[in-house]
Amino acid sequence: MESADQARPLTGNEAIARGAWEAGVRVAAAYPGTPSTEILESLARYPAEDIHAQWSTNEKVALDVAIGASFAGVRAMASMKHVGLNVAADALMSLTYIGVNGGLVIVVCDDPGIHSSQNEQDTRLLCRMAMVPCLEPSDAQEALDMTRFAFELSERFDTPVIVRSTTRLSHTRSVVALGTREVPTGRGFREDPKKNVMIPAHARLKHPQLIERERRLSDFFASSERNRWEKADRAIGVITAGTPYTYIKEVLPTASVLKLAASYPLPIELIQAFCQSVERVFVVEELEPAIETEIRAAGIDVFGKAFFPRTGEFSPEVVREAFENAGVLAPRAKVAPWPVQSPARPPVLCPGCPHTMSYMAIRALNARVAGDIGCYTLATIEPLRSIDTCVSMGSSIANAVGIAKAGTETKPIIATIGDSTFLHAGIPPLIDAVYNDANITVIILDNHITAMTGGQHHPGTGLTLRGETANRIDFEQMVRACGVTWVRRIDSYDVAEMYQTFREAASFKGVSVVISDRPCVIDPVRIKGPALAVNSDGCTACQSCMNLGCPALGWDDGLYDGHHKVKIDAALCIGCTLCAQICGSDCIQPAAR
Amino acid sequence: MTQTSAIAPPTNVLIVGVGGQGVIMVSKVLAALCQRHGLQVKQSEVHGMAKRGGSVFSHVRFGEQVWSPIIPFGDADILVALEWAEGLRWLNCLKRDTGTFIADTQQIVPPVAFRDRRRGARSGYAPASPAAILEMVGNGFALDATQIATGLGNARFANTVLLGALSTALPFPVDGWTSVLKDMVPAATVTPNLQAFRAGRDWVESGSRPAEETARPAGEGVAVTAALTHRLEITEAWCKGCDICVKMCPERCLRLNARRVAEVANPAACTACRRCEWLCPDFAIRVLTDAPLAAAAQ
Repeated sequence: MESADQARPLTGNEAIARGAWEAGVRVAAAYPGTPSTEILESLARYPAEDIHAQWSTNEKVALDVAIGASFAGVRAMASMKHVGLNVAADALMSLTYIGVNGGLVIVVCDDPGIHSSQNEQDTRLLCRMAMVPCLEPSDAQEALDMTRFAFELSERFDTPVIVRSTTRLSHTRSVVALGTREVPTGRGFREDPKKNVMIPAHARLKHPQLIERERRLSDFFASSERNRWEKADRAIGVITAGTPYTYIKEVLPTASVLKLAASYPLPIELIQAFCQSVERVFVVEELEPAIETEIRAAGIDVFGKAFFPRTGEFSPEVVREAFENAGVLAPRAKVAPWPVQSPARPPVLCPGCPHTMSYMAIRALNARVAGDIGCYTLATIEPLRSIDTCVSMGSSIANAVGIAKAGTETKPIIATIGDSTFLHAGIPPLIDAVYNDANITVIILDNHITAMTGGQHHPGTGLTLRGETANRIDFEQMVRACGVTWVRRIDSYDVAEMYQTFREAASFKGVSVVISDRPCVIDPVRIKGPALAVNSDGCTACQSCMNLGCPALGWDDGLYDGHHKVKIDAALCIGCTLCAQICGSDCIQPAAR
Repeated sequence: MTQTSAIAPPTNVLIVGVGGQGVIMVSKVLAALCQRHGLQVKQSEVHGMAKRGGSVFSHVRFGEQVWSPIIPFGDADILVALEWAEGLRWLNCLKRDTGTFIADTQQIVPPVAFRDRRRGARSGYAPASPAAILEMVGNGFALDATQIATGLGNARFANTVLLGALSTALPFPVDGWTSVLKDMVPAATVTPNLQAFRAGRDWVESGSRPAEETARPAGEGVAVTAALTHRLEITEAWCKGCDICVKMCPERCLRLNARRVAEVANPAACTACRRCEWLCPDFAIRVLTDAPLAAAAQ
């Protein structure tokens, strides 16, 4: 595709994809999740003869696919967001015992600051638990280089390797020097049950080898040129890894710095030598004190989370403030802020989003609603206000089963789950609900795409990551195969049918499933129909339509009985007609052209 | 002069707006331009929520050496806002005294601003006027880029108009900007984009200032002096418990009681929208207000 000796601006995610491609990766799989999604999307832009890149149904499946490819002797990769590693953790914990045949790299993107996640867990703690080396690039160039190197490391030490990115690195674009693709000679499947089959007898032999591998890796990193020891001011030393390194260079350029290539396993002797060379040592790391705790356990005294926060994303000012509190930097003069106020602007569902009507109709049921993860989680907030819980991918259905079985709830119990989330982790709990005869209604919000992450295909869309035609899963058939007898598919734009069907579903005793069916209005194609307009003379300003939360609906200057009438922004309106169907005075009509 | 001891700090440009406006496009053009001039550049954004009408920002830093991808708070040399209130949200990121503020006076009112449905309620969106802000910031340009772009045929070129305005504040030659634009916008839109860019540049260079109050958010015109009160009167004998009012109340303030008669469960939430009154097939609900109707309706 591209030749070498080129430099081009790449995001961290694009650089990771490039590094994998250059390393000769043959198979890559992922489930989309912000901020990791673009890694596989970028890989899919490399030639299909070079690499098989695929969306998998969930992160565990993605990792298992990569493990299979590694068994078969080629280099393989799985990428996911931090919480995706929880899903894949079961496979990872065995994989680490087995090791690799073809190099295997897992890219995990953390989300400090919780820009778009349900928590801000620190992947490095899971690396420690799995005893898997964790590489931490600090910019796009390192993201490319370290990903490429990770495959080598994986094969040399017979271990999966985790490359840890963060939102900031994944979504920062900077100029990166490119290399060429080198594919290692194929190995083929290696028949070795002692290595590849984790029965107790084999696993018992493996565990001591893991500890030995940890020691050898630690020795390797002690002399690795990928660590950076910048000798400067002897009064202050900083140990860091990943993006916080760039903040140190910005805020405290005079300090001596030991930038670690890997946050696990640590080269303790190297750290010891560094600490002896300076008077006061700070460990600067985002989220958990993963490095600090290990250093302290080795009996070395350092400062860390006593000054640096354990929550949120770092920035130059967070790092500066910590150094100010530690007495390293003089406090900067405080500037009184300009007295400006700005209105809140939370994210909203798009104009014409089919989810809006699903939740309008759910609201009318006065039900207990277990929610799930997707754009539709926005129905928790004003004005839809119709989701009571949201835990993790696929939780809604089993949560609803639990609520039903607790016997305390008198309202109808409903689980709402998107199409992609349902395929990810919703099928086992649906079977569980049928098996245990739970009296719940499951509403599958089928918008034919993985919308939240920017529009990725999944088995229900009938297209692959590369946009080729694929076998398409039929939700209705699948739900029936799970044993559900009450199944309806309805149009999310048919207001009367929505109210009617949801009420029938909720009154059915047992598991009922409604598939609320309409494509997403922005992905894979942006839908725009002729706009509607409000006939202001007829509008009684009841503002019922505004409960949709549609961004195209706003206040008119005209009043009725002290209430604002409604107007429609023609540029935003896609003509879904939901507001027109809801309007009690029938005053929303196609706009005059 | 040795390189290590005297590297000038990077130039920081913070670009903000509402999801879907083209914040990322503006930052990509700037970043590409810097790269072509042999500068180190980092462009950092957070998306995920970007498409969903939320607040979006992108940091562009360039110079001989750039470390942090994030602009330190209060260190932005230039703040480019594609929407007026978003400009105000990030205003304090701007460098005091030397920072330049470039903003579209266009106002995009978020749905949440219309949340207060009571009679006489005001929009939750009422940012300070351009004149007041420019006075405070000192060094700033507030132009109705959307209006200018609309005049050129498509409001979507507003971000290119702002790029034109931005180009006057940075030391890159005009043809550098235009050649990047040509390469980065779809081929069919090169001409209107170049026109929009030119219009933004001209606006600044001609020293124009916006007419005060170019855009006024809807809902500011209402003037209500005293709080209006209202209550619901339900004639129990006429209610047959059909549940229509309960289901259709926009604020969910009604319920059926044990005798299956409608009652007000949450009087504080009632906005007197009268929907229940009009929908009740049995005329069992009346909304009583204490303000003269004629006075409140204009």
